[in-house]
Amino acid sequence: MTRYTSATDDDRRAMLAEIGVESIEELFADIPDSLRLGRPLALDEGLSEQEVFEELRALAARNVSTEDEVSFLGAGMYDHYIPALVDSIILRSEFLTPYTPYQPEISQGGLAAMFEYQTAISELTGLPISNASVYEGPSAVAAAGYVAKLARGRERFVVSRGVHPHSREVLRTLARGWRMEVVEAPLKGGVTELPELDQGVSAVIVQQPNFLGAVEDLSALSGLAKHAGALTICSCDPLSLALLRSPGECGVDIAVGEGQPLGNRLDYGGPSFGLFAATEELMRRMPGRIAGETRDLDGKRGFVLTLQTREQHIRRERATSNICTAQALNALAGVIYLSWLGRRGIVELAELMVQRTAYAREALQAVDGVSLLHEQPVVREFALALEAPVDQVIARCREQGVNPGYALARDYPELGDGLLVAITEQRTRADIDRLVKALGSAVAAERTGSEVRA
Amino acid sequence: MIGAADDQLTIYERSKPGRRAFVAPPLDVPERPLDELLPPNLRRAEPPRLPEVAEPEIVRHFNRLSKRNFDLDTGFYPLGSCTMKHNPKLHERVAALPGHAKLHPLQDPRRAQGALELMWRLQESLGEIAGLPHVSLQPSAGSHGELAGVLLTRAFHEDHGENRTKVLTPDTAHGTNPATVTMAGYDVVHIGTDEHGNVDLDDLRAKANDDVACLMLTNPSTLGLFEPGIEEIAEIVHGVGATLYYDGANLNAIMGICRPGDMGFDIVHFNLHKSFTQPHGGGGPGAGPIAVSDRIEPYLPRPQVVRRDTDGNGGSAPYYDLDYDRPKSIGRLRGFQGNYGVFVRSYAYIRSLGASGLREVSEVAVLNANYLLARLRREGVLDLLPAAYERLCMHEFVLSGAPMKRELHIKTLDLAKRLLDFGVHPPTVYFPLIVDEALLIEPTETETKETLDRFAEIVAEILREAREDPDVALSAPYTTPVRRLDEAAAARHPVLRAPL
Repeated sequence: MTRYTSATDDDRRAMLAEIGVESIEELFADIPDSLRLGRPLALDEGLSEQEVFEELRALAARNVSTEDEVSFLGAGMYDHYIPALVDSIILRSEFLTPYTPYQPEISQGGLAAMFEYQTAISELTGLPISNASVYEGPSAVAAAGYVAKLARGRERFVVSRGVHPHSREVLRTLARGWRMEVVEAPLKGGVTELPELDQGVSAVIVQQPNFLGAVEDLSALSGLAKHAGALTICSCDPLSLALLRSPGECGVDIAVGEGQPLGNRLDYGGPSFGLFAATEELMRRMPGRIAGETRDLDGKRGFVLTLQTREQHIRRERATSNICTAQALNALAGVIYLSWLGRRGIVELAELMVQRTAYAREALQAVDGVSLLHEQPVVREFALALEAPVDQVIARCREQGVNPGYALARDYPELGDGLLVAITEQRTRADIDRLVKALGSAVAAERTGSEVRA
Repeated sequence: MIGAADDQLTIYERSKPGRRAFVAPPLDVPERPLDELLPPNLRRAEPPRLPEVAEPEIVRHFNRLSKRNFDLDTGFYPLGSCTMKHNPKLHERVAALPGHAKLHPLQDPRRAQGALELMWRLQESLGEIAGLPHVSLQPSAGSHGELAGVLLTRAFHEDHGENRTKVLTPDTAHGTNPATVTMAGYDVVHIGTDEHGNVDLDDLRAKANDDVACLMLTNPSTLGLFEPGIEEIAEIVHGVGATLYYDGANLNAIMGICRPGDMGFDIVHFNLHKSFTQPHGGGGPGAGPIAVSDRIEPYLPRPQVVRRDTDGNGGSAPYYDLDYDRPKSIGRLRGFQGNYGVFVRSYAYIRSLGASGLREVSEVAVLNANYLLARLRREGVLDLLPAAYERLCMHEFVLSGAPMKRELHIKTLDLAKRLLDFGVHPPTVYFPLIVDEALLIEPTETETKETLDRFAEIVAEILREAREDPDVALSAPYTTPVRRLDEAAAARHPVLRAPL
């Protein structure tokens, strides 16, 4: 018997007698003999809890985490501090183990948390309608594209090259099925330069700050989109929105984004959540769960899943999305984290990042063989151009215990030896000084090496 | 905003200017004027109105909320098609190890060997369970796996110079199936169900033609019944050149007993939050890996986790890597490598149970379902709530509340609401759509015989009570944090955020 099942031999006998069959085998009579596996699965036999823990610990030990090196990796997920109260709350079984709140009378906790989450996201984005989360950042961009397709019905998306490469790729994956074209708008001086927009464009898609860290002039971009009758979709970093003009204020129709910076672990890329907020006009086309306030029979305040006629379980092939299970627990971590930061705290955190990022950017551009890829304002991430092979420079920095950032070459071959550096509140001035030193000596060593080879 | 008692206040109503939980680390670099770094025209005038609350009140607020939730660790949760089985506690501990939880997704594969090896081993295990050789872990949940599957189908047909336009789904399908078909740019064609609860083969034959790209099927179906004609179904579908897609929501019934790949399925998705114990979290996270046959493999999402014989630096140990060089791939479905934290839990589960343990899971899941059906019969419940199909079931079964509605004047919804007062989560109601007043019951393998006995007695008790006085059920529940809620008003006049 496994440790998670309880059917003893006595139980089995009694249960089979109640059913009126002789054996468990008989219960599977509908499965044709020709389809029976007839052998054990080719998997190892089960282990004790202690052995499984040991195996998973050993696997973990073969990963270099952000505790094991001074990491400046960002590019979509960031090493922010997660306060202890997040874990203590989301690990409560009442939040961890229920299903989607289909029975609102016994799900008021989860539903109220969704409502509070929606309020916080609405505040950050400056848009009135937030859903209760979608899967994660890049697929949220594509989900927004689908809403734009439904709302505008035109054949083309214009997406900035400043949008995360993963987001652009997911959009392309899905747009093929929609028979829609995806056209990229180039970056100039680090920010988006939109082409002439015609009447064939459903949406213009940008990112704030963009993938190279630059803060875009969202109002100008959305103004051009609006002029062509297209929607503006913006993928936003939620922490940067503490300081930046909100997408809603800038005329953006749909704000999406990767929610990981809000109290969620790196987890090698997931699970996190995708935020999704929009204008009133698009409310009934939104994907995902939405919690709404109502009253019970006694007039007491309560919350329910609402506007469900958008959803797959009601509307089936006419649904505005196929999404079902999404990221409720991760979004809960998000609203707990935002409550912890609070109205002033989120600004203080963002300002700290801006100051440290400015310090790092200035110190790094002073390094021989290093220059800025762009000079636009940034919040917590910026791009450098190296006069040395970036992969080798990264390898050398790692020998010093420093992971200097993300090499841009795979996604932006046109940028040469580019490096994307992220500075969260967890990277101190001492860490930054260490990066400056490690990068300086790595670039110098590579340049000397190449001179010697030349 | 509706006035509320203290235990119903939102976090925003507990906010007061000046309170805080966050204290920033010190500014350790020379401060520069913010206007120099971020010009005022790019900045917002007012900070977002997040709550201002100190730590004790945040903790108390969310703890209060938690007490207004029913959960699996507290009571029986026979929610059909959702597989609410126990979530082992070990899994949270191992997922939280810093080597897993604090691993950046863009870490160099050479420095993420533990994670990539875990993913590779999970792929191998899932492939063996499905009977299909190639696995992508990327999709984020079941419906995302479905979308992947239909896009793979499109890529497969287009690569063979075909442009098919229709996808078949049975009328018993989960709503995600037809919704996915539309999102992937196909037209839905519905297939009927015969009088035994099986796919109507005549209807399938009539609708299968060379314009059909795929049949999406759940087996056991959402009626909790295994399709005895699955081999013939596969023959018909493959005969017109279409692919056969397996919705893995009900995989919990057949692990180690039979395999979708052996039945002829080309593409399978798994719900790691169902059969493989990822906690549901009140609506996620989950993960929806897919397993596919050789002919579908070239189109799998990018990147794929692969094992190479060497690390390219002369090392002889196996090396795990991310393979981006997949020219026929449909591309990415999401960022990074998938919901790795979920993979850790599901991998731990497979290692805990092993081959015979997984088989036992399915055996006991099916035993528990049939036993509960038999117990309900003995209690006389089936006189008023007959089984939709008089057959042995798999891991779940469907009752129809139509006679109960006629004779006792209470609906399935009322029965469900009255169950809340007995500390039981109701089964899935009004699904599948083809059964009038449907009640879909899935006990799972982790429940004891005593829990099932108790549930049967509770349902019988509710029916007795309703025979005497239907109003008790009609106005239920009574003991829950709130009573029945006005959902129509919520949809008519949406209030979707707190006023500030």
